[in-house]
Amino acid sequence: MKFSILVNEGPYTHQASDTALHFTKAALAKGHKVSRVFFYNDGVNVGSRLTVPPQDDRNVQKAWSELAEAHKLDLVVCVAAAQRRGILDESEAKRHGKGEGSANLAPGFRISGLGQLIEMGVESDRLVVFGD
Amino acid sequence: MSEPAKDAGKNAPKKFLYVNRKAPYGTIYALEALEVVLIGAAFDQDVSLAFLDDGVFQLFKGQDTKGIGMKGFSNTYRALGDYGVTKFYVEKESLQSRGLSVDDLQAITYEDEDDEYKEKPSIIVVSRSELADVMAKQDVILSF
Repeated sequence: MKFSILVNEGPYTHQASDTALHFTKAALAKGHKVSRVFFYNDGVNVGSRLTVPPQDDRNVQKAWSELAEAHKLDLVVCVAAAQRRGILDESEAKRHGKGEGSANLAPGFRISGLGQLIEMGVESDRLVVFGD
Repeated sequence: MSEPAKDAGKNAPKKFLYVNRKAPYGTIYALEALEVVLIGAAFDQDVSLAFLDDGVFQLFKGQDTKGIGMKGFSNTYRALGDYGVTKFYVEKESLQSRGLSVDDLQAITYEDEDDEYKEKPSIIVVSRSELADVMAKQDVILSF
């Protein structure tokens, strides 16, 4: 089956991004496809490379980046939601005059529009939402 | 939800339901859900909205956001009919438990292009079990 995943809550305050990660790993382990993971609402904060959780805690962003690399996952952060919350890639940081080195989008994530969310709903067999 | 048909045509529209559960202000969920609905309207899918729990307040009439310094967006719901979004399911139990009736909601209508562009109401008040039936018929449910 072809799944797509929507993450609507940020890391640490909510468990949603952890549970989505566990679900995605389980689905892949069972041989299913995960066509895209879309981060919306505070979920975009998962895509910040600047989070520094305590060493004895899990690192949600790193876990997603590593999973994306291992399975060639498409991790998409909503551009409008990301801009509100200060998640910027190189070109967005430049476009908004935020200065060199201010881009904070983590490896394995890309920024795109809400059309990607609708598209994955159209093209996958199941869209699974993780939120509050 | 049944298994998706293997031979379902790529262009066959899917049934999308946006579930609105939160008050319009206090959190960003209502506004960002509305932003998804607006983008999604361009995709020629079969779109419905559901309003339940505090989400029924999103349609409350006479909203004024001046006092909280936020941009009001309640007028946008009335424009959705022009984008083909014409089914607003409002849960009766959620209205009742908040002391509300459909008269407390703003009037939302659309022009039915299949019926000589007659103006028709978009809001459909349904019971909790009827809403469950609506949900069971969907292909994609986005909950905010």
